[in-house]
Amino acid sequence: MSVFKDAGHLFRFAGLFVLAFLVFLVVRHYVVPKSFGQYGHYRGAAMGEIAAHPVKFVGHDTCEGCHADVADVKKAGKHAHVNCEACHGALVERLPNPEQPKPNLYERMVALIVPPFPPDSPLLRHAEDPASVKPVLPDTAVLCARCHTASAAKPKGFPQVVPADHSQGLPCETCHKPHSPGMDAGGAK
Amino acid sequence: MNISRRQIMVLLPAAAIAWKYVLAGTPEESPNYKMSEHWWSMLIDIPKCIGCGNCVRACQTENDVPDGYFRTWVERYHVSDWKMTNPEVVMNNPMIAPEVISPDGGKEGFPVATDESGKYFFVPKLCNHCADSPCTQVCPVGATFISPDGVVLVDQKYCLGCAYCVQACPYGCRYIHPEKKVADKCTLCYHRITKGLTTACCEACPTGARQLADLKDPKDPIHEFLKTHSVQVLKPQMATGAKVYYNDLDGSVR
Repeated sequence: MSVFKDAGHLFRFAGLFVLAFLVFLVVRHYVVPKSFGQYGHYRGAAMGEIAAHPVKFVGHDTCEGCHADVADVKKAGKHAHVNCEACHGALVERLPNPEQPKPNLYERMVALIVPPFPPDSPLLRHAEDPASVKPVLPDTAVLCARCHTASAAKPKGFPQVVPADHSQGLPCETCHKPHSPGMDAGGAK
Repeated sequence: MNISRRQIMVLLPAAAIAWKYVLAGTPEESPNYKMSEHWWSMLIDIPKCIGCGNCVRACQTENDVPDGYFRTWVERYHVSDWKMTNPEVVMNNPMIAPEVISPDGGKEGFPVATDESGKYFFVPKLCNHCADSPCTQVCPVGATFISPDGVVLVDQKYCLGCAYCVQACPYGCRYIHPEKKVADKCTLCYHRITKGLTTACCEACPTGARQLADLKDPKDPIHEFLKTHSVQVLKPQMATGAKVYYNDLDGSVR
C-alpha cells in the first residue's frame, strides 16, 4: 500500500501554499520601496529627500562674496562673530501664493485616503537676483534691544542697557553703527 | 533600417552611459558628502546664551515650521534663593521645581527679569539626536531612523502619523505637523550639513552659544572642548545616548 494513497488533497493544499507564497513575493516586490533596508529598517532614499530641502540661510560666506566692504568693517568690530543673517534674516524667500497644480482623477482618489502635502512655492534668492528679495533694513530699536536690553537673566558679562535710560529715545544707530558698534568705530560722538 | 558597424561602435557606448544614468536613478544631492565620515552632534554653551530667540526664528524660517510648533526652543530657568538655601525641602518635594518659562518657544525673546535674587540661565533645547534613540525604536513602520551619520530623521512619506514617537521622546522634541499630519522634528538641518553648511540655528546665533559638531572629525574643536569643560547631556539616566552636549548645565534642568 502506497503511503501516498488518498494523499491528493494534501498535495493540492501544499500547492495552494506555494502559490500563496509566490503571490506574497510578487506583492511584496511591488509594495516594499526599493531602498528599504539599504542601511537599516527604513527607506534609504528618505535621506536624499530630506537633504533636498532648500537652503534659506545661505551663510555669511555667500553674503561676503558681494559685500566684502561690510564684512571688513564687521570683522574689525565687536560684532565680528555675529553672522549677517542673524540680523538681516534669510535672504531666500518663498513666493507667498504657490500655484496649485490641478490634480488628475488618480491623484484625487489617492487624496481621499492619503491627503497630499501642501505644495511648496518657488524660492526667490537675493544672492542670485538681488532685486527679487529686498532685505528689510532692520529697525535698530527692535533689533538691538532683542539682545542688549538689560535683564537679570542674561549673562553678567554681556553688554546690556535699559534702552529708555540709555539713549533717551534716540535710535541706537545714532551712536552705534550696527556693523561695528564701538563708539570709536565711526559712530557719532 | 541600416546601421553600419561604425555607427554601432558609436551608439553602443552612448547607450551604455545612458543606461548607467537610468539605473542610478535620481542624482545624489551632495555627491561629495560621505555619510560614513560624519557623526553629528551639537554643543550648547549655556553661559553664552542670551535668550534672544534668533535660533527659534531661524529654524522656523529655514524648515517651514508652523506657528506654535517648535523644532528648537529656548527655556529660561529661575532658581530662587529660597530654593537654593533650603535644599532639604526641595529634595523632598519634587513639586518645588525651578520656575521655567518659554513664551512662544522664546521666539521673540523673554520678558525682562526684574527679580535679581536667585540664579537665571537659558537652556536652548532641540532634538538630542540620541545614539540609542527611544523614538526610532517604537516606530511601527520604520519611518523614523538614525541615519548612518548619527542624525535622527523622519521619512515623512512613510510616516503614518500614529504619534508613538511623539510619546516616546523623553525630551518632548517631536510633534505632529498640523498640515502634513505626520511626525516632524529637528533634522539637524540635514539639508545644510550635507552641503557643508552649519545648521540654521547655529548660523543665526549671535553669541556662538550653539555649535554644530562632528564627532568623527578629529579636527573638530568639540574634542578639545569636551576635554576641558564640564559637559553634560539632558536626562543621562534615560541612557538614550543623547548627543547634544550642554556646557555648564545646572542640576535643576529637566
